[in-house]
Amino acid sequence: MIKTLISQLKEYKLPSYLTIIFAVFEVATDVAIPFIMALIIDRGINNGDLSQIYLYGGIMLVTVMIGLVSGALAAKFAAEASTGYAHNLREAMFENVQTFSFSNIDNFSTSGLVTRMTTDVTNMQNSYQMIIRLFIRFPLMLVSALVMSFIIAPKIGLVFLIVSIFLGLALALIIKLAMPIYVEVFAGYDDLNASVQENITGIRVVKGFAREPYEKGKFGKTVENLFRKFVKAESLLAFNNPIMMFAIYGSMLGLSWLGANMVVGGSLTTGQLTSLFTYLMNILMSLMILTMVFITIIMSTASARRIAEVIDEKADIVNPNQPLMKVADGSIRFEHVNFSYKKGSEKYVLSDINLTIQSGQTIGIIGATGSSKSSLINLVSRLYDVNEGSVKVGGKDVRDYDLETLRNEVAVVLQNNELFSGTIIENLRWGNKEASYEACVEAAKMACAHDFIESFPDSYNTYIEQGGSNVSGGQKQRLCIARALLKEPKILILDDSTSAVDTATDMKIRKSLSDSISATTKLIITQRIASIAYADSIIVLDDGRVNGYGTHEELLDSNEIYTTIYKNQEKGFADFDEKGA
Amino acid sequence: MKRLFKLLMEDYKLHMLAVLLGVIGSAVATVIGMTFIETLIDDYITPLTQVSNPDFTPLVGALVKIALIYLVGLVCSFAYNRIMVTVSQGTMKKLRIKLFNHMESLPIQYFDTHSHGDIMSVYTNDVDTLRQFLSQSLPQLLSSLVTIVSVFISMIILDIPLTIMSLAMVFLMLLFSSKIIKAARKYFGQQQRDIGAVNGYIEEMVSGQKVIKVFNHEEENLDNFRMLNDQLRDSAYQANKYTNILMPISMQVGNTSYILCAIIGGILVINGYLGLTLGALVAFLTLNKSFNEPISRVSSQVNSIVIASAGVDRIFELMDATPEIDDGYVTLVNIEKDSSGNIIETDKKTQMWAWKHYHKAEDATTYQEVKGEIEIADMNFGYNDDKMVLQNITVHAKPGQKIAFVGSTGAGKTTITNLINRFYDIQEGKIRYDGININKIKKADLRRSLGLVLQDTHLFTGSIMDNIRFGRLDATDEACIKAAKLANADSFISRLPKGYETELTGDGANLSQGQRQLLAIARAAVADPPALILDEATSSIDTRTEILVQRGMDELMKDRTSFVIAHRLSTVKNSDLIVVLEHGRIVEQGNHAELMEIKGRYYQLSANIA
Repeated sequence: MIKTLISQLKEYKLPSYLTIIFAVFEVATDVAIPFIMALIIDRGINNGDLSQIYLYGGIMLVTVMIGLVSGALAAKFAAEASTGYAHNLREAMFENVQTFSFSNIDNFSTSGLVTRMTTDVTNMQNSYQMIIRLFIRFPLMLVSALVMSFIIAPKIGLVFLIVSIFLGLALALIIKLAMPIYVEVFAGYDDLNASVQENITGIRVVKGFAREPYEKGKFGKTVENLFRKFVKAESLLAFNNPIMMFAIYGSMLGLSWLGANMVVGGSLTTGQLTSLFTYLMNILMSLMILTMVFITIIMSTASARRIAEVIDEKADIVNPNQPLMKVADGSIRFEHVNFSYKKGSEKYVLSDINLTIQSGQTIGIIGATGSSKSSLINLVSRLYDVNEGSVKVGGKDVRDYDLETLRNEVAVVLQNNELFSGTIIENLRWGNKEASYEACVEAAKMACAHDFIESFPDSYNTYIEQGGSNVSGGQKQRLCIARALLKEPKILILDDSTSAVDTATDMKIRKSLSDSISATTKLIITQRIASIAYADSIIVLDDGRVNGYGTHEELLDSNEIYTTIYKNQEKGFADFDEKGA
Repeated sequence: MKRLFKLLMEDYKLHMLAVLLGVIGSAVATVIGMTFIETLIDDYITPLTQVSNPDFTPLVGALVKIALIYLVGLVCSFAYNRIMVTVSQGTMKKLRIKLFNHMESLPIQYFDTHSHGDIMSVYTNDVDTLRQFLSQSLPQLLSSLVTIVSVFISMIILDIPLTIMSLAMVFLMLLFSSKIIKAARKYFGQQQRDIGAVNGYIEEMVSGQKVIKVFNHEEENLDNFRMLNDQLRDSAYQANKYTNILMPISMQVGNTSYILCAIIGGILVINGYLGLTLGALVAFLTLNKSFNEPISRVSSQVNSIVIASAGVDRIFELMDATPEIDDGYVTLVNIEKDSSGNIIETDKKTQMWAWKHYHKAEDATTYQEVKGEIEIADMNFGYNDDKMVLQNITVHAKPGQKIAFVGSTGAGKTTITNLINRFYDIQEGKIRYDGININKIKKADLRRSLGLVLQDTHLFTGSIMDNIRFGRLDATDEACIKAAKLANADSFISRLPKGYETELTGDGANLSQGQRQLLAIARAAVADPPALILDEATSSIDTRTEILVQRGMDELMKDRTSFVIAHRLSTVKNSDLIVVLEHGRIVEQGNHAELMEIKGRYYQLSANIA
């Protein structure tokens, strides 16, 4: 994990090193100032020597200038390094996601991927910045302050060392005790957010059943629970400050006593005593900041792990070594295909599929939810790989093709249609970047989308909102079909792509498809028998197996599942409203 | 911010007072501790070095005295830290509950007009920044403030000229800081916008990732992303640079102040001006450091205050949203009938309901049995006043009848049902329930009397049993199972490994669409309401499950007045009244036979299917 993350630093290694170097300079000045201050007091003020005061005062001002410059530079480079690092992490993830196959995508949920690329990266950016700015600097400050104390007065240095060890242990103990509670707190947060989320999306149900008091009670309990955990965790942390002060006060008292004795005994000067007080503060402050840094690092390890997972995920469908760059025709063959979403699993979602589809045929696919209709067609454009057997397009195994070539020739209109924010024409041109305006209109006409597009005030320049939220379901489906048509594919797959389109329009689309792209092989998944009754052949899938394969009439004669579905739809389960109109 | 403090003070007046005292106590102890060095050097060390036989007893006494002061400081510090936990977490708790309760009281319109992400972010981001502000920044600010004041006083007591010099340097520090903060804030705004753009792009593209694959769109996608990502890096770099630089600058200005104090102080001591002693100077130097430090800390926290106060504004914005108005006074009660048929109110679940009127004028209560007659008369409605989406709607549902609304998307079918249970209020006309204007019925009671099955089924975290019981909270397990059987949900539930105790998460994501619909029907069935509003699903569930859903719905609708937003011919066909809507107006109404007869819009729609 750490290797993966560090390798993403790339061009921001230099600023990271520079941050550390300048931070070291800054510490050096921080440590030097009390030392020189002691000299001013002892050689200058105590001896009544003004020239010494000017001399050391001047040296100190120069030191401050060095501190200022190096501090500012460290700050600048830290910003550059951490924001640049975040940039690289985001890019590495996004880049890798582009290579993901469908099964890779399924591994991570969409919202999971988004969180990883947003919140988690921000966490990493903050903690990385903290690490390079503080993590080197404060241990260094701690050590050098200790060393300086030892140089001035070994005995007192020893006391400081003991105090810092004690304080370090105490703070570590608090962190150790508080961390598990914090983990619980975060879990409580998730519950809380889930509860709110649910009430926002389900507000109609809550209000419809007049369940506001009940939900309020439930939420109250969740909040109470979170409150208790939080108080528990923060009560522990409330010890931090007093322990810190205890250490400061204790060592100040000790230092006063020891220091007084030593000054009186002549082994320490007054000036040195003042410096020791400053070093003491430096030591304790470093410890405090280190604890803070530790907490941040521990809290961000979860983010780091999640990011590394995405970057390390290997795409499991890649181009073959010598890919075929041309698809001969639109014929499809399934030969003894077994397929499961989990590799190595014997529980196949498709078992022993054998099918031969001629180029240019129209094939209907029907079957209950979960009968693996979508799984079947996803194999054709190699969105998933088979476990056993082979899928052949144009006579060649799909695994021998260049992926881009294959997917350009096999156009799939997925069940979950997505349009992207942009104008209609831009969305259509996803199918073919170079498509002329006329070609887009042509495709839209074929998909029966032209008329409603024309009815928009901005016509083809109408802006589609994210997720296509400003067009109706039926309109969206027709735009998606048009987009796929622009590819001019050899095989066109419609995965329940007209479910929200009214039956009359559905019929029209089918007719225009069979008229204008008759050479294209068409696979059509649907719930409506009427949509595929005309097809050359119909595949009836049941529980991942081919239950029947034949024409409408043949199936009505011989296939029980098909007949049942047909009868039910005859009885009036067909869609009534005309959503797409 | 002002209201936030009011909220704090409401419950925690004494706590806050204690916190304040604690902060003062611990800060004063710290300051005394620092000035103690002066006493140590001037009163003890210097005299002791001048005698040949030093006696350390007075020093021990002084140390004990100071130790006691430290102890007080320590206790104060612990006390205020601990109390602050209670105050900040208590306020958080109160705020969250208040927010949620207020949210539950908001009209549906609020949720329709505000993005869910925005509402969510009030709970996640804004409340959380506030928590950080309360538990971290606020005590720090308080203690910084007290430290600044007490150190300042001590400085004045010790030496006025040096104090003036220190003050001058502080002004310099503040001047620099405010310049830097101003620059930082500009870039922070830019960064916020760029983050929004990048996050939005990631969200859109990741959710459309499969489409991107299918269209070989990876390269373009990456190019666009790189552009946005570079922009974000640049603005984030600028914003972070300025914030980062704030600390070293204010620190070094502080150091300069410290050194100038030493030089000027040294000159004063040597020349014996103004009676400054060495001890006083050393003590002053320590004070100077303690004076600069909290000031630079406060200035670096300006940002977190700005962010928190923006969050607080959004929190109060949500809290100030106008809640649903409910001035209904007619309530829904269970009744029994005595032998002579008189209505008696009861706590028992009798399956018989009555509207309970309280007439203020006569101080009398009357009961009217719930029959389920619903009448919509000359109704007009628009989401805002200038655009009516429903016009001239008149529908009369007799008790037990099934009313089907048909028409294309946007014709206003869903809107009508939203008006019957008063998710929205009508502008003109009347809706009467058993002859009572629904405005007079308490909203909760009105809605309880109308079962609801929506197209998008929303389920809640909890077991399947809990989800069914959502319909009626005091339903027994048996009643819930009975409802599930009625809804045809029992068979799939029983097949789940944990049956009715199966935990649902994420809106029932582990169930299929059809199964979720069956649960929604069971949920409505357990409530056993006199009337129903049903929205048939259009999404493609397979035919077998669909038959189950259909039968479940039919079973549920038996003997109840039902309004169905219908998508299935079978549902429409056997309805008592079919209302055909177009562009917010009723174009035809009647039963199947009547409408087929007139060969109008309905006839056309039906012909489409045949």
